[in-house]
Amino acid sequence: MSSLLEVEELNVWFDLPRGGTLHAVQGVSLTLDRGERLGLVGESGSGKSTTVLGLLGLLPPTATLSGRVLLNGVDILAGGEETVRPHRWVDLAIVFQGAMNALNPVQTVSSQIVEALELHGLATGRQAKARVGELLESVGIPRDRGDRFPHEFSGGMRQRAAIAMALACNPSVLVADEPTTALDVMVQAQILELLDALCRDFGLALLLVTHDLPVVAQLCDRAGVMYAGEIVEQGPVEELFHDPRHPYTRLLFAATPDLYGEGVPVSIPGTPPRLDRTLAGCPFQTRCDRSFSRCKDERPLLREVAAGRSAACHLNDVPAEVA
Amino acid sequence: MSSNGLLAVEDLVVHYAVPRGLVGTVARRPQKLVRAVDGVSFSVGRGELLALVGESGCGKTTTAQTVLRLLDPVAGRISFDGEDITTLPNSALRPLRRRMQIIYQDPYESLDPRLTVKSTVEEPLLIHRSGSKRERAELVRDALARVELTPPDLFLERFPHELSGGQRQRVAIAASIVLGPDLLVADEPVSMLDVSVRAGVLRLLDSLREAGLGILMITHDLSTAARFADRIAVMYLGRIVEEGPAEAVVRDPQHPYTKALLSVVPRRDPRERSRAQILTGEAPDAIRIPRGCRFHPRCPVAIADCREVDPALERHGAAPGHRAACILAG
Amino acid sequence: MSLLLQEPGLLAGDRPARSRTGLLWDVIKNQPSATIGAVILGIFIVLAVLAPVIAPYGLHEQVGPVYGDPSWAHPLGLDDGGIDMVTLLMWGARISLVVGFAATFVSMVIGGTVGLASGYFGGRTDTVLMRITDYFLAIPDVPLMIVVAAIWGPSLFHIIVVIGVLLWTGTARVVRAQVMSVRERAYVKRARSLGAGNLRIILRHVLPQIAPILIASTVLTIAVAIFDETALAFLGLGDPSRISLGKVIENAFQRTAISSGAWWAIVPPGAAVALLILSCSMIGRAMEDALNPRLRVSHLSAKGFRLRPLVGRGRDAV
Repeated sequence: MSSLLEVEELNVWFDLPRGGTLHAVQGVSLTLDRGERLGLVGESGSGKSTTVLGLLGLLPPTATLSGRVLLNGVDILAGGEETVRPHRWVDLAIVFQGAMNALNPVQTVSSQIVEALELHGLATGRQAKARVGELLESVGIPRDRGDRFPHEFSGGMRQRAAIAMALACNPSVLVADEPTTALDVMVQAQILELLDALCRDFGLALLLVTHDLPVVAQLCDRAGVMYAGEIVEQGPVEELFHDPRHPYTRLLFAATPDLYGEGVPVSIPGTPPRLDRTLAGCPFQTRCDRSFSRCKDERPLLREVAAGRSAACHLNDVPAEVA
Repeated sequence: MSSNGLLAVEDLVVHYAVPRGLVGTVARRPQKLVRAVDGVSFSVGRGELLALVGESGCGKTTTAQTVLRLLDPVAGRISFDGEDITTLPNSALRPLRRRMQIIYQDPYESLDPRLTVKSTVEEPLLIHRSGSKRERAELVRDALARVELTPPDLFLERFPHELSGGQRQRVAIAASIVLGPDLLVADEPVSMLDVSVRAGVLRLLDSLREAGLGILMITHDLSTAARFADRIAVMYLGRIVEEGPAEAVVRDPQHPYTKALLSVVPRRDPRERSRAQILTGEAPDAIRIPRGCRFHPRCPVAIADCREVDPALERHGAAPGHRAACILAG
Repeated sequence: MSLLLQEPGLLAGDRPARSRTGLLWDVIKNQPSATIGAVILGIFIVLAVLAPVIAPYGLHEQVGPVYGDPSWAHPLGLDDGGIDMVTLLMWGARISLVVGFAATFVSMVIGGTVGLASGYFGGRTDTVLMRITDYFLAIPDVPLMIVVAAIWGPSLFHIIVVIGVLLWTGTARVVRAQVMSVRERAYVKRARSLGAGNLRIILRHVLPQIAPILIASTVLTIAVAIFDETALAFLGLGDPSRISLGKVIENAFQRTAISSGAWWAIVPPGAAVALLILSCSMIGRAMEDALNPRLRVSHLSAKGFRLRPLVGRGRDAV
């Protein structure tokens, strides 16, 4: 059975204003099944937001894409905008980063969701209003509150409204880009619980993009760790924490403070490489604590290291004694 | 209260008046007050890091700004190194300002984009007319070295836009310590930095603490507070609801709010999915503070008395110095 | 551990460096409209400055008949006094530019100061200054200028002062807005928390940040000042002893150039004024555009994205 969503070798290049290109996403592949929660973790500049915007065809004209995005086996990227658009919002919906602040301030929340319904020809008039009421309730907003304006909503409620808007057309995949970053921890918990419930109750597949490792650890089944435009490790979240196969994954967890953990977090020294130049060797090599000779010259490819797990690191090839 | 008291705050109250507008004033509507800080007491000693944690609107940032007299309190007492600075006029405050410094959250905004690193770090020295040109240059180099921007010479002529977020924050810290302050107030010092960079900056603050600096750190991130602070004070709606040694507050919380907050903090280890006590709704605004215990409307264990009694911070829990404001604690 | 060793090459941030030569030069170099504007303005300035030296004929020298036709010797013909139009234009531009720049200087000083004080100190200072600004804004410029010029008497100095005193409001508002935003930035707050005095903060932190917008506003004000001077001169309220472009138009108008069919006496000076104003506007607008916070590139572009066939794998993909 093929997956619901399959991304194959997605690449994104941005034209730079003074010439040259930035290779922001470098051959990213991932799969998402019905009802599955996949996390895409990375720090700023890792390419995670660009990846999801790319697979929805929402990048600016300065971007060039290549690769395939298979939705139920059909490549929706193949024909450019024409083939992507019918699926946007209807099959693949997204809650953008900062969506809660992007609500139209002069329209009531309900009318904004109605707009989504009408644009996609799903419902109009009374039917639309009824559907909007349903949607609002499913995200925990009382029906009548929908007739208020965004500024009358708290941050958490605005985020719920943004999620409701994304769910308007009954998509099978929901992409959430940093959905809880600007929210307090309690509100964050509410939103994560909401996303969890929505996935369970509606069989929604969730692609969660975030820099917050613990959030992914709590909500997602599997995760991909991105660094310098590529996925460096991918697999079930438990394995990523307990048995990381890429130094970056290990060090990223080590840099993340934990409430009850032992010891004090440690930074990863150095900075990510520039993506406007081609690199030799492993992109993480300059910051890695276990790099060796091969790392400087040869790029590690993303390879399966165990069932359902892959990592892009030469250390996985090294026999046990040397490792 | 800490014995080597550097900073002592007693019953601090800070209010904002909500502007009424023309109609409100004419109609003589009662002036609404935002009681941002409504009776807060704590202390920070030398070589100690106190983390003030809470959600947005709890008053932690207002507290931090008031402590440095960037805002004026309505009531209460602020003592810095034994001296009462609550109502000190600006002219008298000036010499004290070199001993208490602040670091801001946004590494992109905290440096003047038109000044070089050297100028930024030197500015405090110029404002306070400290030393000759050569002495200042030495102090600048020294400060840069202390924040691990070495060799300093390489960074002196750089502009902020040429530095990464972590480096900018280090420059801001350098500018804060160049005068050799005793107290540092850090308002969310790492929340806008990448995760892999945060620990470095926090360890830097920790080393400054070891060198004798007292640090008041504002943060919304309980995990950071748990790992780096000596003591934690949890704020809710303008009050401290729990305070004590970091380990004690995190492992043996006494106040229901603290317990709920700790339970919803995501853990690193996917296997540790703790039972989350998710409170409904959000904190009410600080204009209409509930009667009795201000937390009772959202409290999972509130009883009838909680509607009447406004609890004070009292000793609860096993650890010394651990206090909570709850009639059900202990 | 030394950060430098592990951070090879300081990151060139994604914010472009403001070159030390300043925004004005950057804009002129990079924006076509500003380049054209600057070139036109430059030509006028050069011609005006060098008028005494390179004017083909004397300013008061009659070299032909009244409203002489354009010819090779006189490409723009002669005016009603038989004076060469090209010469008149060059000398006229001189006065127009002088008044334009001088009046703008006055308005920049007043407007900049008001805006700075209002934005920085806020509170009652702000309220009072903004009320005053509002009064000046409410007064219609040209009628007031007419009245004042008529009462006070037409001399160049008076004209400059009158125009300057009425044009500062736009600058004041723009500067005030910018100052208010700069005032809230973390580095300013930090300077204040360090105990820096107001003067230091204004000179060191605020002024450099408002300089670009002040310059942009100034350039736009020059356009208006030139227009106002031309209007005043046209209405006969200019300094009678000086020839500005407006005066040239007025002369032609008064002395029946149109009915004589001498279009060259009216159109060229009019076109010159228009070009001057246009060039200043172009530069000023380009600067303003450059100073607007750059809008994030819209993700929902109508053109859609570009797709290309995949060649190669992973990072080697081309």
